[in-house]
Amino acid sequence: MSAPGVVATALRIARKDLAIEFRTRSAFLSALVLSLLAIVIFYFAWDPTAVGPAVLAPGVLWVTFTFSGLLGLHRSFGVEAEDGAMDALLIAPVPREAIFLGKALANLAFVLGVQAVSLPAVALFYNLPIGSAVVPLAAVLVLAAIGLVAIGTLFAGIAANTRLAELLLPVLALPFFVPVVMPAAQATAGLLAGRPLAEAMDWVRILIAFDLVFCWACMVVFPHTLDD
Amino acid sequence: MTDSPSPTTPSRRLDPVALLAALAVVGAYARAIWFTPPERIQGYAQKILYVHAPAAWVAFLAFGLTALAGAGWLFLKDERLDRFAESSAEVGVVFTTAVLVTGPLWGRPIWGTWWTWDARLTLTLFLWFVYVGYLVLRGAVTGRESRARASAVLGILGALLIPFIHLSVYLFRTLHPMPVVARPEGPSMPPVMLTTFFLCFFAFTLLYVALVRARVAYAAERDALEDAAQG
Repeated sequence: MSAPGVVATALRIARKDLAIEFRTRSAFLSALVLSLLAIVIFYFAWDPTAVGPAVLAPGVLWVTFTFSGLLGLHRSFGVEAEDGAMDALLIAPVPREAIFLGKALANLAFVLGVQAVSLPAVALFYNLPIGSAVVPLAAVLVLAAIGLVAIGTLFAGIAANTRLAELLLPVLALPFFVPVVMPAAQATAGLLAGRPLAEAMDWVRILIAFDLVFCWACMVVFPHTLDD
Repeated sequence: MTDSPSPTTPSRRLDPVALLAALAVVGAYARAIWFTPPERIQGYAQKILYVHAPAAWVAFLAFGLTALAGAGWLFLKDERLDRFAESSAEVGVVFTTAVLVTGPLWGRPIWGTWWTWDARLTLTLFLWFVYVGYLVLRGAVTGRESRARASAVLGILGALLIPFIHLSVYLFRTLHPMPVVARPEGPSMPPVMLTTFFLCFFAFTLLYVALVRARVAYAAERDALEDAAQG
């Protein structure tokens, strides 16, 4: 299948996943509530007179994204478990790279949706002036989300076939999230402190390199994770 | 299956490589403890490095070979490669644990702290997480081929992850001593210590080979038994 064909198939799979999610809204609402709860709980985990909310915010933001993202990723292959849907998808004459890409695109929409709510929530609860930094901040969020989703989609597919599905995904994925979350949190901290994006460029470069390497690698190895 | 005799005869003979490794380890550490003078500034604490550095070398070797064996399995689908990857990863986790235990023991008197988020410490810690995850994954997948598949993929991605963790924590900050043996202008260490170091590296590498051989033999017997049980 040609490259445009793969993309078209991937978009169709992503639309299917998002349609299921849109009609039930179960995972999205849980992830959203989880992230709001995490933001609130984190506020009370520190002494606000000793550590300023603006210092806490980047860490809170990224821990929240990481864990709420896992919730959505797990659902990604969970929906295929019923009625042998995964087998049907594998029998369908579509390249397996397209299945990965479609799942990943749906997950990216999911994670960005959660971020679109939790970023303003953090700004509100932690009293952050994000007005001027909103565009570079959004760029960092998107770059990091791409890396998280590439790794997360692959491992969600692997974990779905095991006995420990829900437990295994965080154990496998979290070590791989480190080189995404660390640069993203550092860049976010700089931007929220009112520094220019140029100062955070080293971190942004790591994010871009991670996205390129792992999007490619995950797409190449994904077909190998499926049984013939 | 319960009353039939075992389909393979497990070898109870001592592996000559294991014997050699045991002798080498005893010899190298006898030399390190009694016949190598303590370092002038660090004192006896420096002797911990005779365990720490060779264990780190073996850990990286073990994980590198795990990734290679996994990649090889994807192409050749040879079960022996998967059994090797499984064994090497397990031995690697043991040596990484040794690195993570001996490091703080040395760091406390020399750096004044048990732990610091230095680039190489963090990298080692995350390697440990990745390969403990690898072992958990192996235990969670039923079916030999799916297990080999999933773990080969994880092994390869783990190898790709290393430069990224290194780069990001390096940017964060670093405190680890710079290389003293492998550097362009030659080692900066008295010859007597250098010899001891090389003996320890050699002994640990032999130990790695012996442990992996024993672990591979076990895995082969287990798989053979499984095949026999399924008829």
